[in-house]
Amino acid sequence: MDNNKHLLDIRGLKVSFWTEKGRLTAVEDATFSIKKGETIGVVGESGCGKSVTSESILQLHDEQLTDYEGQILYKDRNLLDEPERKLRKIRGNEISMIFQDPMSSLNPVFTIGNQLVESLMLHRKPSKKAAYEKAIDVLRQTGIPSPEKRIHDYPHQLSGGMRQRVMIALAISCEPELLIADEPTTALDVTTQAQILDVLNELQEKTAMGIMMITHDLAVVAETCDRVVVMYLGQVIEETTVDQLFENALHPYTIGLLKSMPSMESDRSDQLFEIEGTVPALENIPTGCRFADRCPFATNKCLQEAPVLENATVSHKVRCWNYEEIALERGNGYATTTS
Amino acid sequence: MLKYTIQRLFSLIPILLVVAVIVFLLAHMTPGDPVTVLLGDEASEEAKAELRHELGFDLPVYTQFVNWFTGVVTGDLGMSFFLKKPVTEVFADYLGPTISLAIYAQIIAIVISLFLGVIAAKKRGTFTDQTVMGFSLLGISVPSFLVGLFLILLFAVQLQWFPVAGYRPLSEGLWEHLRYLTLPAIALGMMQAGLITRMTRSSMLDVMKSNYIKTAKSKGLHQNRITYKHALRNSFIPILTVIGESFGTLITGAAVVETVFNIPGIGQLIVNSIERRDFTVIQGTVLLITVTYVLLNLTVDLLYGVVDPRVRLNRKK
Repeated sequence: MDNNKHLLDIRGLKVSFWTEKGRLTAVEDATFSIKKGETIGVVGESGCGKSVTSESILQLHDEQLTDYEGQILYKDRNLLDEPERKLRKIRGNEISMIFQDPMSSLNPVFTIGNQLVESLMLHRKPSKKAAYEKAIDVLRQTGIPSPEKRIHDYPHQLSGGMRQRVMIALAISCEPELLIADEPTTALDVTTQAQILDVLNELQEKTAMGIMMITHDLAVVAETCDRVVVMYLGQVIEETTVDQLFENALHPYTIGLLKSMPSMESDRSDQLFEIEGTVPALENIPTGCRFADRCPFATNKCLQEAPVLENATVSHKVRCWNYEEIALERGNGYATTTS
Repeated sequence: MLKYTIQRLFSLIPILLVVAVIVFLLAHMTPGDPVTVLLGDEASEEAKAELRHELGFDLPVYTQFVNWFTGVVTGDLGMSFFLKKPVTEVFADYLGPTISLAIYAQIIAIVISLFLGVIAAKKRGTFTDQTVMGFSLLGISVPSFLVGLFLILLFAVQLQWFPVAGYRPLSEGLWEHLRYLTLPAIALGMMQAGLITRMTRSSMLDVMKSNYIKTAKSKGLHQNRITYKHALRNSFIPILTVIGESFGTLITGAAVVETVFNIPGIGQLIVNSIERRDFTVIQGTVLLITVTYVLLNLTVDLLYGVVDPRVRLNRKK
């Protein structure tokens, strides 16, 4: 594999937290990579470890209570080995983040200008005047009207959509190479969602930054991403291109997710598909395949032995013992090539 | 903002009326007679009756109240019949030491408790945290006169770093002034320090969990800057409330410490006036303390707006 092509390469990442219930492993064996200019979607339901993975990249978790294992290679440097001092130079500068809830992600007691300038002064060290001009400029890029006035506003004076634009402005102010967007549109209404996604797409075209889009919304994935990583209970269970995911999904969980998406063509009287059962709690993870007890295709082997992430095709990885049979049964496009 | 301030000042009127009635009744229903105190036990009944008439004590209680309160409204709190001086003047004489003591105690309390509270929050669950919390519990629960006596024993009697008791006004030099006030200020500030430390810790812990702290970290800021700029400022509203409330208690509650350290402050004035049944002084002093208390609370409310922009009222662009 040519490492130089990868901006970020996560290998076998394991993240565990010390809690009152003991040590809980929230992410185990997360493996995927992001190239320059590429948008990768990370999907999965609540609690599957997608946010934990994304916040581990910049090590935003409470360091006293968190253990990291594996590798997070950014430009061939393992971020997990870097000292805090070096990490601070990367955070907000080369890799930056947008969070889910714009209502609470901005500090309420400082003006948005103050918060933008703080970041710029930290990494770019311009004059105060130049920093303010740059701040107004990035606010304009995110589509905020009359940014020279808004820059003196406090977060509570702006709407949710505007605040998320400010968050994006904050994240892109130092022209990062990688933007991690943790459910950037979940807290917003549908029209605002579309606008925010447009802003992100435009910025990416201009700057060729890599985007890691964390979401549970497959519609957002279809609209914005090049490749998709599906996570379930702390593991990556499938990784492929967007087209293949929607046409030739291999993992039973992904297939379930796709089936549970409402579609414009389907009969409205039909009930939506539902994946049986619930996600097991982190403290009693099954020994075999983590999805086995909810899986319609599960065999004895699935209950006893944990599958590994393997290549179904060059561009399609899956963590399932039975993906070949499933592909055949569903008449998958490349079922013949895999068997 | 101005409208709000004026509204709040108007709300003083009913508060003062209620306090005036209560304190007047309390003073007049207490057994004991100022005339006997003034003239001594051996005075003749005629002399007592004459003085009683002179001071207006032979009038019905409600007439006495109306006479006194009319004076209060026009700013005249009456004369102290023991000290033979206007009450306002007496109050001014005794106010200085108390204000000095309260401010000094408050500064000591704030400095100690912000520092300890932030440390405890940053190191929550560790030995440091538990030690700090233990001390703050001690500060809250040990009465100030006991702390005062211990301080005198250790720092004044044994080590002789500070005087045992007494007071020197600011006019004799700041150093001298502070040297006499340090031990009483620590004794008085201990409880406030305990309260503020606990509030700082819990408020900081709350704020440190919030999303904008994660944002600040993701921007690449140094941990100290996150703690002292982003978190502390947001934790300040509950801390400010405790500080404001406790400052009121410092002024009113200084009486015990003033007695232990023999400081001629408001506390001592009230205690002495009660012993002398000096009604006008008791009434006037309590009223003035009430005004101070209300004004302090108003100041705290106005400070909220300075700390947190969301609280600023009627702000027009």
